[in-house]
Amino acid sequence: MTTDVTTLAPGPEPPFTARGSRAIRFPRSPKIIVGLVILAVFAVLAIIGPVISPYNPNEINQSWVKITCQQGPGLCIGEIKNGIPGGYVPLEVPLPPSSSHWLGTTLLGQDVWSELLNSTRPTLVVAFLAGLVATALAILVGVSAGYLGGNADEGLSLLSNVFLAIPGLPLLIVLASYVPGADTSVIVIGLIVALTGWAWGSRVLRAQTLSLRNRDFVEAARVSGEGRLRIILAEVMPNLLPIIASSFLFVTLYSIGAYVTLAFLGLGGGPTSSPAGPWNWGIMLQQVFDNNAVNTGYWWWWLPPGICIALVGTSLALLNFGIDEFINPRLRAVGLTRKAARKAGISFRATLGFTPVMGGKNAPVSPVSGGNDGRGRSAR
Amino acid sequence: MRFIVRRVGFYVIAAWTAITVSFFLPRMVPGNPVAGIIANASIHGCNPYCVKALELEFGVFNHNALIVQYLQYWGNLFHGNLGVSYFEGSQPVSTLVAAYLPWTLGLLGVATVLSFLLGTTIGIFLGWRRGSRLDWVVPGATFFQAIPYFFLAMVLIELFATTFKWFPPQYGYDITLSPGWSLGYIGSIIDHAILPACTIILASAAGFILGMRNQMLTTMDEDFVLVARAKGLPSRRVVWYAARNAILPSVSNFSIAISLVVAGQILVEVIFNYPGIGYLLYKAVINHDYPLVQGVFVVIVLVVLAANLIADVVYAFIDPRARQEA
Repeated sequence: MTTDVTTLAPGPEPPFTARGSRAIRFPRSPKIIVGLVILAVFAVLAIIGPVISPYNPNEINQSWVKITCQQGPGLCIGEIKNGIPGGYVPLEVPLPPSSSHWLGTTLLGQDVWSELLNSTRPTLVVAFLAGLVATALAILVGVSAGYLGGNADEGLSLLSNVFLAIPGLPLLIVLASYVPGADTSVIVIGLIVALTGWAWGSRVLRAQTLSLRNRDFVEAARVSGEGRLRIILAEVMPNLLPIIASSFLFVTLYSIGAYVTLAFLGLGGGPTSSPAGPWNWGIMLQQVFDNNAVNTGYWWWWLPPGICIALVGTSLALLNFGIDEFINPRLRAVGLTRKAARKAGISFRATLGFTPVMGGKNAPVSPVSGGNDGRGRSAR
Repeated sequence: MRFIVRRVGFYVIAAWTAITVSFFLPRMVPGNPVAGIIANASIHGCNPYCVKALELEFGVFNHNALIVQYLQYWGNLFHGNLGVSYFEGSQPVSTLVAAYLPWTLGLLGVATVLSFLLGTTIGIFLGWRRGSRLDWVVPGATFFQAIPYFFLAMVLIELFATTFKWFPPQYGYDITLSPGWSLGYIGSIIDHAILPACTIILASAAGFILGMRNQMLTTMDEDFVLVARAKGLPSRRVVWYAARNAILPSVSNFSIAISLVVAGQILVEVIFNYPGIGYLLYKAVINHDYPLVQGVFVVIVLVVLAANLIADVVYAFIDPRARQEA
């Protein structure tokens, strides 16, 4: 939760309409750029992953597991052909990373890199599908509640607040264990995840719609006889775009966590379940956990899927953060660092009660009225 | 106190919704999941008696109308009867829940309170010292927010239990000790709780830090802060006034936070084999023990709603507007 409802309510951005001035000023902050780059890399992996995967992720090859002696290396290597050598227990060990297995192998004798490549697509598909569906639901419920007001608002707000109050993961577990197809179909699991994740976005959108509803430009549209649907689509929605984007990213971030968690708990299916489901990062971690690989130090097996989840998650969070700063310029106070400010000859102290917005030499401008803040947002 | 009454009313509606969903779901979902549940249970070692009990539980031979079954379900619920588990020695679900719940409440309570205090304090400090070198905490917190709890738990076990051997890697207490009010036993409980608690705190404090920092930045632009400063109050005092106002949304958004913390707690318990209710839920799911899944779900929902209510009472206490509005 990088944003909360109250910071959004006043909406310091001046309203702009879709057909008025330039549609969306694309925010360019390092956060957004880093986030987009990471996301693009994973998107490419998701598309070409199965093609460049060196092995079939389901292939189990016994020669990819080294059998060593538990009493210490070298003591029973020669005798291993005849089965278990007397007095020693053979121990299967996955292979560490090498040129033929970039990320090593698993204890089951599978190639980790191939598993990782084949897991990317289903994981991202579920996340973005759930993100899209949940955002659509959030817009439908949130904007209608905010714009219609009255009893409709009461009912719809109650609905989204109830969904917010019921803890998500337990509900998800119950849904996934009953709904058929949750373990084989990415679409079914995506819809289930969406059902548990839309409420937060709906609450934020309702708050912002409420504050937009009585602004002059909406009033003007109403007076000039525009229909209700047209006002919502053409006047209100364009002003909600940053918040819609932010809540989409938030839900997608949540969805990755939810899907991976379900798979980790054995509910999201996977290649080993009886009707085989898709590979995903959660199922990889589940195999790690089931084989106790964390305690035995096979880092090449459990670190990659975890890092992938963390990277995609961080990229979404960074994008979200960038958009938050775009919506609420006060969060962007660090337009210049102290060092840079001193260099430019501006005395800079982050003082209480002032938002330092650097508009050039000794020209502090209020964030609402604009001014180039050195972040690529030019004055209107 | 009308505010509190209204909130209680809301939580009653939320609890009713959750319980109703958990009742109708297995009975209404297409594809007859009840048959699937029973087939699955037989595969997983459910004997004919157990199958019979499952059939009764899900009303296969119950020819009463669905609405009558629904009322019976509520009647059972009010008597504390959550059904019988099939894979935990046929114990009543309520007995199992009573045995596992204290562990969860202890860990969850301590970890949530510490995480809230820690996260809020750091958030206030970051908001106060914006633009300083401390700003690296923000991307750091973003990263921790993005990692799944269970992965963080795995990393912490690898580091602090396997490599350094500072803390035990699993379970809630030293099983060689007999439970009781002995110093060694209580010490082992604390020893075993440190790593799981740290996992939850590390992962959940990030949300509180970011939320508080953002709110602090917004509040510090308010006129009353400017006035306080213009009057020449020492800056500590000014920050104190700003923080007191900035903390309100953190408290009122606590319901979202607690939902995420509970989700994380379930996973942390699974990874650490911690004998809490999340671990019980995991075992129930793995064993296809559906009455137990349903019972644990209902209990978790009630616990979370109770936590929300506590947050609301705190909110009404610290924000006079909430008391007057309602």
